[in-house]
Amino acid sequence: AENGDKYSVLLPTYNERENLPLIVWLLVKYFGESGYEYEIIVIDDGSPDGTLEVAEQLQKIYGEDKILLRPRAKKLGLGTAYIHGIKHARGNYVFIMDADLSHHPKFIPEFIKKQREGGYDLVSGTRYRGDGGVYGWDLRRKLISRGANYVTQVLLRPGASDLTGSFRLYKKEVLVSLVERCVSKGYVFQMEMIVRARQLNYTIGEVPISFVDRVYGESKLGGNEIVSFLKGLLTLFATT
Amino acid sequence: MGCSVLDHCVTQEAESTDVPPSLLASGLLALKFPIILLTMTKLLEWVFGVSVIGAAWALVTFDLLNLRLPVAYKEVAWPMPVYLLVVFGCYSLATVGYRVATFNDCEEASKELQDQIKEAKEDLRKKGLKM
Repeated sequence: AENGDKYSVLLPTYNERENLPLIVWLLVKYFGESGYEYEIIVIDDGSPDGTLEVAEQLQKIYGEDKILLRPRAKKLGLGTAYIHGIKHARGNYVFIMDADLSHHPKFIPEFIKKQREGGYDLVSGTRYRGDGGVYGWDLRRKLISRGANYVTQVLLRPGASDLTGSFRLYKKEVLVSLVERCVSKGYVFQMEMIVRARQLNYTIGEVPISFVDRVYGESKLGGNEIVSFLKGLLTLFATT
Repeated sequence: MGCSVLDHCVTQEAESTDVPPSLLASGLLALKFPIILLTMTKLLEWVFGVSVIGAAWALVTFDLLNLRLPVAYKEVAWPMPVYLLVVFGCYSLATVGYRVATFNDCEEASKELQDQIKEAKEDLRKKGLKM
């Protein structure tokens, strides 16, 4: 509020009827307490469970200047969701995060503080440093996560500790310029964003975050995802 | 990317001055090398690094330049590649093992979230949300 900064929060959703009201409530709570200007942009990819209808109710409760709806017809991928969401965003800074409550809005003031401290082009939430961490992962999942991150660090030397994380704060023009250049999908897309940011000499700050995984039990990390992660990693290794 | 720009410059310069194009070409070729160095992919960096170290190792182990180095140098150099790989392997295992063992389990974060979910649902119901 003091220096005219406004923060747009991009929330891509797919079947988040249960979680969307909760994440919005938390965002309103922590942004409200902090006094920063904000808006929440819900990008729903045609969820069959009625997520958009819940979003419309939230818009009535919190106001159309705080909750913006930018729905799409079907599931079209994260990069295009960000582009679609930013088009009418009025913030000069953009938060990206998951809508399934794995990312907690209580870290938002810390992101903003970090960004102002160093004037960073992007601030990345890390589960691997400081008191960052994860809830709900068994030994196997932790091993895969740390192992994959180690391989990534050795091959790409990216200068950030958590590359597949998706809780980040970007300057709006930085997000736009990076999304234009990224071609990967899934986990690798978030990795590519950081790698390209390095290439373009953008500055990167880090904030430890806690990641509460409530869906792990339903969607175990299978062989397919590991293979496509490795393919994506090797592609980045060979092309950047 | 920078190379085609340089090629274009060579032909332009050759047309406008009396300097033989071949001299200009070799001069500008020398400029291509730093550009390649600066924009190398990670893969190329590794290939380059491994080649340099590999060449140095072969030079010492097989005495390729007939330097007549003391036998001790050769004896130390010869097993180095395998030795370094083993060291790297052990370091990797130890590092990943340590990181898994010290991976924070955010118990409090989960509990806090549960409490806030209850609070949120209550508040949203009051505000008129139909869940």
